[in-house]
Amino acid sequence: MIERKVDALLATVGLVIFAIIYGLIEAEVIGPFWKLNIIIICINVIMSVSLNLINGYTGQFSLGHAGFMAVGAYVSVVLTAKLQLPFGLAILAAAAAAGFVGFLIGIPTLRLNGDYLAIATLGLCEIIRIVIMNIDYVGGAAGFTGIPRYTTFAWAFLVMLATLLFIKNFVNSAYGRACIAIRENEIAAEAMGVKVVNYKVLAFTLGAAFAGIAGALFAHCFYILMPGTFGFLQSFNYLIMVVLGGLGSITGSIAGAIVVTGISAALAGVPEFRMIIYSLILILLMFYRPQGLFGYVEITNLPVFRYLKNMSPEAKKAMGMADEADGKGGRA
Amino acid sequence: MDFFNVLIQQIINGVSLGSIYALIALGYTMVYGIIKLINFAHGDIYMVGAYVSFFAVTMANMSIVPALLVSMIVTALLGMLVERLAYAPLRHAPRISVLITAIGMSFLLEYGSMYFVSPTPRTFPEVVGNLAYNIGGFVINGQQLLIFAITIILMIILTYVVQKTKVGQAMRAVSFDTETAQLMGINADRIINFTFGIGSALAAAGGVLVGVYYNSIDPLMGIMPGLKAFVAAVFGGIGSIPGAMAGGILLGVIEALVSGFISSTFRDAAAFAILILVLLFRPSGIFGKTVREKV
Repeated sequence: MIERKVDALLATVGLVIFAIIYGLIEAEVIGPFWKLNIIIICINVIMSVSLNLINGYTGQFSLGHAGFMAVGAYVSVVLTAKLQLPFGLAILAAAAAAGFVGFLIGIPTLRLNGDYLAIATLGLCEIIRIVIMNIDYVGGAAGFTGIPRYTTFAWAFLVMLATLLFIKNFVNSAYGRACIAIRENEIAAEAMGVKVVNYKVLAFTLGAAFAGIAGALFAHCFYILMPGTFGFLQSFNYLIMVVLGGLGSITGSIAGAIVVTGISAALAGVPEFRMIIYSLILILLMFYRPQGLFGYVEITNLPVFRYLKNMSPEAKKAMGMADEADGKGGRA
Repeated sequence: MDFFNVLIQQIINGVSLGSIYALIALGYTMVYGIIKLINFAHGDIYMVGAYVSFFAVTMANMSIVPALLVSMIVTALLGMLVERLAYAPLRHAPRISVLITAIGMSFLLEYGSMYFVSPTPRTFPEVVGNLAYNIGGFVINGQQLLIFAITIILMIILTYVVQKTKVGQAMRAVSFDTETAQLMGINADRIINFTFGIGSALAAAGGVLVGVYYNSIDPLMGIMPGLKAFVAAVFGGIGSIPGAMAGGILLGVIEALVSGFISSTFRDAAAFAILILVLLFRPSGIFGKTVREKV
């Protein structure tokens, strides 16, 4: 019950933000450059939150997230541009395809740990890109042209909102707690009866599926889609968003995506300094705030949400005294 | 036997490319062995090495061997500076922050040098001349001979330094167990810094040789070879010096065979496919030791 209320509140807040930005775009206060950047931010939020599920919550260091995005992007453009299917269906198919690829890749590679997993996922991401480059049906290295530009601000934002609510509820469920247990100590989690391999593959598949959704949205932003966009540097970019925001914080991933995309858009006017400034910010951030902007803190830990959690009468009835004691502890 | 001829020729090409991978892989493997960091900036150090020798040859009119030495010294100092400024302050930070710093450092070197030397590729001058030797029907050109000679000399020197000198002994001790090595009076920070220096000098040599071999250098040239050299280091068993040498050369040969017999577009995919197969079936690499996980 409490979680539902928090969800309803978050969804309302999200819709209010949506309405405000939508109004600003309609009133042409936000020009086409920033409108496109806001859409890209929404896509990057989906990417960073889904990567956070793998890297931050399950503790599996994946460096190949752009590869799954590529799978989703190419599957969706084949469906819309070649087979003339509706966009919504293409997004679902992209999620299914990327999730399936994630599942296939996850089963063997998730036996590895730490840096080895990182480098294996990086290699697989590159293999996906090279394979796509060699398929003539989707344009090969020259790129896929003639994509209908279906991605509007409404699509991007509402899909992002749905993704956020899904992942938030996933990490707060029994499945999510099992994933967090694996991150904290794999051996201890296994000893407590958590089926480590199953949960790792589950988190990896879900993360990949959402990356596929982000890929479908991304592909329909522009007229042309190039395989070169999905190189490992792009995967680094998403990793940077997650780490910058704070591993294991959804709020952090949102902030990371906004900050990174915002910085690179704001520096677009000085292309020769853009990457230099970007890299310096990255290094300095790691020096002075290695846990990222938010660490483990969530926006739902703010007083407004805590008040809602503690004071709702159903909650008190359902949880009894234990919840009250917990609530006092929380407020203190 | 036409097939046989092509095979031998591709192996010769593969060994020369592989020698360059091996030189870069040595830096990765030594750094990883000592502080468990995938130094993503290593590939860019190699690029800087190529540029230093380019300017030494074109502006100071040096011949290739002095240019190589200048480039190795300058790049070693750069590698030590990077370690001191970016990695040393994070010695006790979580590993992911050091990794992100390495990625940041890599971008800084790439785009910093793009700013200073312009992003357009430069033509590396001909330094060896158009020599080609015909040995029993197979062609080895001057550049390839230079690569073989320099790689072999550097590897002998490296093996001597690591196995026979006091610094080398300290390096092995720190990589085996840093804390115990410190208790024995070894200044671990200085040894780590020194390791970065040696690794960077070897990468610079690789960069110079690539310039000589392919005649073209650009500020982003380090990304792919850097990644492949890491693959080579994992292939040979990360942390093992003979492993990095063997892994680099094998990777070069496999790539040459794939591009000679299948298709050059799948060359990069082959390198990563090998990586994944090695990781799945023998994660400790050809020369690595299997370490059991302790609770």
